[in-house]
Amino acid sequence: MMVRPKHQRLVLLILAVTALIGAVLFAMWGLQDRAAYFVTPSDIAAGKTAPGKSMRLGGMVVKGSLKRNPDGLTIRFAVSDTKAETAVVYRGITPDLFREGSGVVAEGRLGPGGLFIADTILAKHDERYMPPQMANQ
Amino acid sequence: MNRALRFLPLLVLIAFVGAVAWRLSSPADQKIPSKMIGQPVPTFALAPAIPGRQGLSSADFSSGRPRLINVFASWCVPCIAEAPLLTELKHRGLPIDAIAVRDRPEDVAAFIERNGDPFDRIGADPESQVQLALGSSGVPETFVIDGRGVVRYQHMGPIEPGDVAMIVQEWEAAK
Amino acid sequence: MIAEAGLAALWLAAALAALQLALACGLGGDQGRRISTVRALALSQGLLTLFAFGALIFLFLRSDMSVLLVFENSHSQKPWLYKFAGTWGNHEGSMLLWVAVLAVAGAIVALFERRLGERTLSAALGAQAALALGFFAFLLFASNPFERLSPAPLDGRGLNPLLQDPGLAFHPPTLYLGYVGLSVAFSLAVGGLVRSEVGPAIARAMRPWVLGAWILLTLGITAGSYWAYYELGWGGWWFWDPVENASLMPWLAATALLHSINVLAARGGLRAWTMMLALIAFSLSMIGTFLVRSGILTSVHAFAVDPTRGTFILCLLALYIGGALTLFAVRIAHVKEGAPFEIVSREGGLVANNLLLSAILGIVFVGTLYPLIAEASSGEKLSVGAPYFNSVASPLALLLAGLMLIAPQLKWRRDAAPILPRLAPGLLVALAVLITSFILAPQIGWLPRLGLSIGAALLPASLLPLFGRSLRRTPLAVWGMALAHFGVAVAILGMASDSAFTEEKLAVARLGDRIEIGPWLVEFRDVTPVAGPNWSALEAELRASRGLGVTILEPQSRFFAEPPTTTNEAAIDTSWNGQLYAVLGEQDGQGRWQLRLWWKPFVTLIWLGGILIALGGTLALLGRLTRERRQRILGEEAFA
Repeated sequence: MMVRPKHQRLVLLILAVTALIGAVLFAMWGLQDRAAYFVTPSDIAAGKTAPGKSMRLGGMVVKGSLKRNPDGLTIRFAVSDTKAETAVVYRGITPDLFREGSGVVAEGRLGPGGLFIADTILAKHDERYMPPQMANQ
Repeated sequence: MNRALRFLPLLVLIAFVGAVAWRLSSPADQKIPSKMIGQPVPTFALAPAIPGRQGLSSADFSSGRPRLINVFASWCVPCIAEAPLLTELKHRGLPIDAIAVRDRPEDVAAFIERNGDPFDRIGADPESQVQLALGSSGVPETFVIDGRGVVRYQHMGPIEPGDVAMIVQEWEAAK
Repeated sequence: MIAEAGLAALWLAAALAALQLALACGLGGDQGRRISTVRALALSQGLLTLFAFGALIFLFLRSDMSVLLVFENSHSQKPWLYKFAGTWGNHEGSMLLWVAVLAVAGAIVALFERRLGERTLSAALGAQAALALGFFAFLLFASNPFERLSPAPLDGRGLNPLLQDPGLAFHPPTLYLGYVGLSVAFSLAVGGLVRSEVGPAIARAMRPWVLGAWILLTLGITAGSYWAYYELGWGGWWFWDPVENASLMPWLAATALLHSINVLAARGGLRAWTMMLALIAFSLSMIGTFLVRSGILTSVHAFAVDPTRGTFILCLLALYIGGALTLFAVRIAHVKEGAPFEIVSREGGLVANNLLLSAILGIVFVGTLYPLIAEASSGEKLSVGAPYFNSVASPLALLLAGLMLIAPQLKWRRDAAPILPRLAPGLLVALAVLITSFILAPQIGWLPRLGLSIGAALLPASLLPLFGRSLRRTPLAVWGMALAHFGVAVAILGMASDSAFTEEKLAVARLGDRIEIGPWLVEFRDVTPVAGPNWSALEAELRASRGLGVTILEPQSRFFAEPPTTTNEAAIDTSWNGQLYAVLGEQDGQGRWQLRLWWKPFVTLIWLGGILIALGGTLALLGRLTRERRQRILGEEAFA
């Protein structure tokens, strides 16, 4: 069938709007369980977080808490925001700035027993601070 | 419906501009707020960063008078930018000590030669150990320490002209 | 002196842009809209900004430290290539490059565009001048690249070793040329809407610019992806980082525009939609650059946002995009309907292509901005990463690839011939790959499995539009389309193979230990200290063997003294069927080293596909340009 010109624009418009709404709904559905919320040890201690959901945990690596497993690859440490602490386990190569007492952001999930299983560890800061005028790159 | 739809992209744009304007007016708080405020400075003793000068140790902060610690490095560009403001703070009567992070004596000397020397003592922290112990993970940072050696204020990043009055206030408050 | 001359040229160019805008608005009457006036203004603007940019390059090459920008970003000991590239490796210089390309593009349009009516062209160039004027103002009032420093320091501060990488030196300008090339499509759309002259002529005027910009964006994104792959040492080739998304969004819009513009040029259809895309493509370029430059989304550096500059650019964005979208909303009713078509037709296929691309674009846009929106509305901090984008955008991308099996073979207007015979070759290949993959690799996920099937099916299907034609008389544009679609197939195969078959091993090893990965046996032979010009490193020696083939990999853990940073330099061995990728980590307390190894079968196809896509675009561009030239000579300008 040949759609009449007058109708054709309307049909295309409806198609476009449907596609747009569809995309937004699809995006919202995707964001529902895939956006990683930024949480602190206090949030975890207060039970605000559901186990199994991906999230980012931020805080300081507690001094004296860093332990290496005998396999040489797995590390365990505690992250604190001064009010609460969360135990974290991570397997892999740690970033250069990762040290006891330094800021850290761990990406991962909360496992059973309140243990945070990290997939990625990001050191919190660049070694340099950049003033606004220079922070282009 | 047809007419209204024409303005849809415009609405998306307005929402976007609104969100960004909000972010510009209240910049993201990416920092974890300082954990050190209200805590005593960790115990440390640093060798002088330049031969012949005084080094810096935690004992220097129990004199009863509030002091500033400036964490800097000669390889750090923003540190140059804030150097004149440190000199200004010095002129206003604030005593300042410094920790030079991951630096070489000749570079520190050249830095001070070029950018002014408002520091009473300069300790060398070649491995960033004291820096990290102080809860600082970048340079420059400036701390206000009260007369009993307790951290009262931590300024992350370079001091900008607008910050000078605030730092003087923090220092006055620490007396 | 040079710096002052450059600054003066900028002021003059800005004044000319203001004049041109005023004339286009009708302040000079008909005389002012005359094409010779407009042409002279656009040309002198282009030359002046080019001169200003040349002056800045000269200052950088001569290491003139009395200029603040040079002092902050350069150093007399730098190799000349990086002094040169340093010109645009900073905020002010990159903005100057941006505005220079904008003005030069305006000049080229003014000189060579012959298809449009005089008044439409004058309106379009007025829009281009308005764009340039805003960025001139931004440069002159908020980020002057020629600011002097007195007294002049002895030497500069910009010796950052991490930025001394040839890839990094030429990556931003490639993307910038692509972004700004889209500005011409934006201006032409504005001109067309103002004059209600939206038809095939304007589509043909836009097409070479859109093609050219799209080629550069494709190359820029491909190169950026490979750079992240070898430089970051994380084994991935796309991280859905806001910076990457900022370049992907204009590319998606430009890809949609590239397809819809053909409907408008050939059949006079999709008028409103094509104009909308032309506006959106450049708007997204501006938004992307703004988001990256202002640090609004990538605030890993806690002090990146400069409120003054951010506000300035945000106002410009709101003005330009808001103005263009308002113009669209008000004027679009005056645009005539295009020629009708049936659902099963080339037009129908291209509409589906556009809808899918727009949906993917919407998904990337929402995902990229969601953290900002969520924090603004509910105060919750979150990040959106690969899990979202991969699971939401990939199915749509595969659907789009599936559409490519048939759509390029459909006829314009209506296609009554049976579809199935034309779809058969692709479907058979897809089915064969699907069944083989279930037998040989039952464990892989459904997305990579579908990717392998559709990618393989697309290899023959993308070449079918050439089938049954006299190859000598086939226009270059058709060759280009086939090659670009073939490139898409190749890239999809690479991505699917990477996510389906990659093997990863994280190990601690002592000297002499052997690790098996994929077809390789890797022996950890030695760790030695090595020194570079401004770094020292620990370098591992890994002997990798399979069958009779032996190769040595030398990943490094580098330490830079100034500023102190450690980087992991990955070592990559490329063979015909994949890459072996090695990273050296830390030493543990007991003399063992962390090693991370990947075997990535056929991963190189990803970037090869990107290059093929860009090549296809280049063929099409050449075809369009030579064909139009020939037609002009023959005096048949009216038809393509």
